[in-house]
Amino acid sequence: MIADLLNHLGGNVPVGLAQAAGAIVLCLAVIVLCRRFAVRVEREALVSIARGLVQMVAVGIVLALLLHGSLLVGVLILLGMTIAAAATAARRARNMQGALLVCFWSIAAGSGVVIAAMIAMGTLQTNIAMLVPVGSMIIANAMNACAQAAERFRADVTAHVGQIEAGLALGADPAVTVAPYVQSAVYASLLPRLDMLKSLGLVWIPGVMAGMMVSGASPVYAGIYQFILVVMILTASGIAGLVATVLLRTHAFSSAAQLTLRGNAPAGLAAVQQT
Amino acid sequence: MASLAMTDSLPDSTRDAAFPGRLAHHATTDSLSLETRHLSRTAASKVLLDDVSVCIEPGEILAVVGPSGAGKSTFLRLLNRLDEPTGGSVLLNGQDYRSIPPRTLRTRVGMVMQMPYLFPGTVAANVAFGPSQRGATLPAEQIAALLDRVGLPEYQNRDIHTLSGGEAQRVSIARTLANAPDALLLDEPTSALDEASIRGIEDLLLGIVHERQMTTVIVTHNRAQAARIADRTMVLQAGRLAAIGPTSEVLHDC
Repeated sequence: MIADLLNHLGGNVPVGLAQAAGAIVLCLAVIVLCRRFAVRVEREALVSIARGLVQMVAVGIVLALLLHGSLLVGVLILLGMTIAAAATAARRARNMQGALLVCFWSIAAGSGVVIAAMIAMGTLQTNIAMLVPVGSMIIANAMNACAQAAERFRADVTAHVGQIEAGLALGADPAVTVAPYVQSAVYASLLPRLDMLKSLGLVWIPGVMAGMMVSGASPVYAGIYQFILVVMILTASGIAGLVATVLLRTHAFSSAAQLTLRGNAPAGLAAVQQT
Repeated sequence: MASLAMTDSLPDSTRDAAFPGRLAHHATTDSLSLETRHLSRTAASKVLLDDVSVCIEPGEILAVVGPSGAGKSTFLRLLNRLDEPTGGSVLLNGQDYRSIPPRTLRTRVGMVMQMPYLFPGTVAANVAFGPSQRGATLPAEQIAALLDRVGLPEYQNRDIHTLSGGEAQRVSIARTLANAPDALLLDEPTSALDEASIRGIEDLLLGIVHERQMTTVIVTHNRAQAARIADRTMVLQAGRLAAIGPTSEVLHDC
């Protein structure tokens, strides 16, 4: 295993790091340019760049160590990614009870169903070299869908507290009072993936297709495979967005049909957990 | 209380058209007393309402007055169970309201909010909303009768975006009445209206409340309004009950 790692650290890794430095310099130049327009993202950008580099090198090292690991190892890596994705998405669902668990279950449901389906269809092999990168793409998109759905739902509900409570005061089921916001949240989570599918091949040729062609695969098959992947990403996003919104809807109300998700409502109206 | 399930199966001729769910020969609503016992609510370590005990008799109109932040709206929201008491309880005809399903409770104790918060669509759809939540269809003639009663004849097909503030509040009152509540909670229902609309809405509410003998709690920052409407007035200060009694006495003393 260590020999494998040392083998991988040689070769083009130093070249890659030099190329990464070039990319970072270009990115920093843009950040400096942004500063001239009073857009101050230096700190956030530097942290993101540093995190991204460290995370990707770490993932590379882990993959190099585990390249010949079993399916179980691959599943554990994907599980770890799902937990990290849930923690990231949950930040967008601030003020919402149980956001971390909601995000975890929605991302796990979306990506789990799709990865299992791809393995069953033979479009995804169970070796770590393929399972983890493709799986991570699906998890990342499910995470974005979950975060977008959560953010939209929270924003819509907190902007319509009066309307929702007017419905509750008339004896409506809580689910009825937030139905329009569930609809818009799920739609908002799907829209970027729908646009992605529409522009596929016209505006962009995704990385997987490019990689397959570089590796000598038929461009036609690479195109079809990329289409399958984007459709699966849309599917995973749909499931994640739906599950996240439905679970958050449940968490938005108490067992006595009281709206507990109230954002920055006046202190007099702040939510209190039922005793 | 005559249940909606029972009255929905009755022929239309036996119903009071403006008060769906009620029998026409009943002059008043079913009597309902509202009683709070040591009602309290604390949120985010802030005491919003502290140990308020009051009994509102059937058919009585109680005004709740007090400075901003005194707990007036909190008191009303607790009566409708839009918020949960952190202490004490509310009794409806002696029954702890926690034993009543919240959705049933809210149809029995109707609430008109400070802002009308109408739902997108027509006036008729808004009026029919409450009954539709129980699977009941409010007949067109009952919608028309309710709108007549609130002074908006022929408004059924109007889009809510074409209504003035006063008209929207009248629709909101009709929408609450469509549930045929036994008690009415009014949260500063005229505070967003101009003077002419205020008196119109006041007259309308007084007329409806008196003809139905509905137990009513009105929150108002306007003492003159309390004097015009309420049998008794309760003064809240910093979440505590500062005074309660006949309106003329309480307002004179404070």
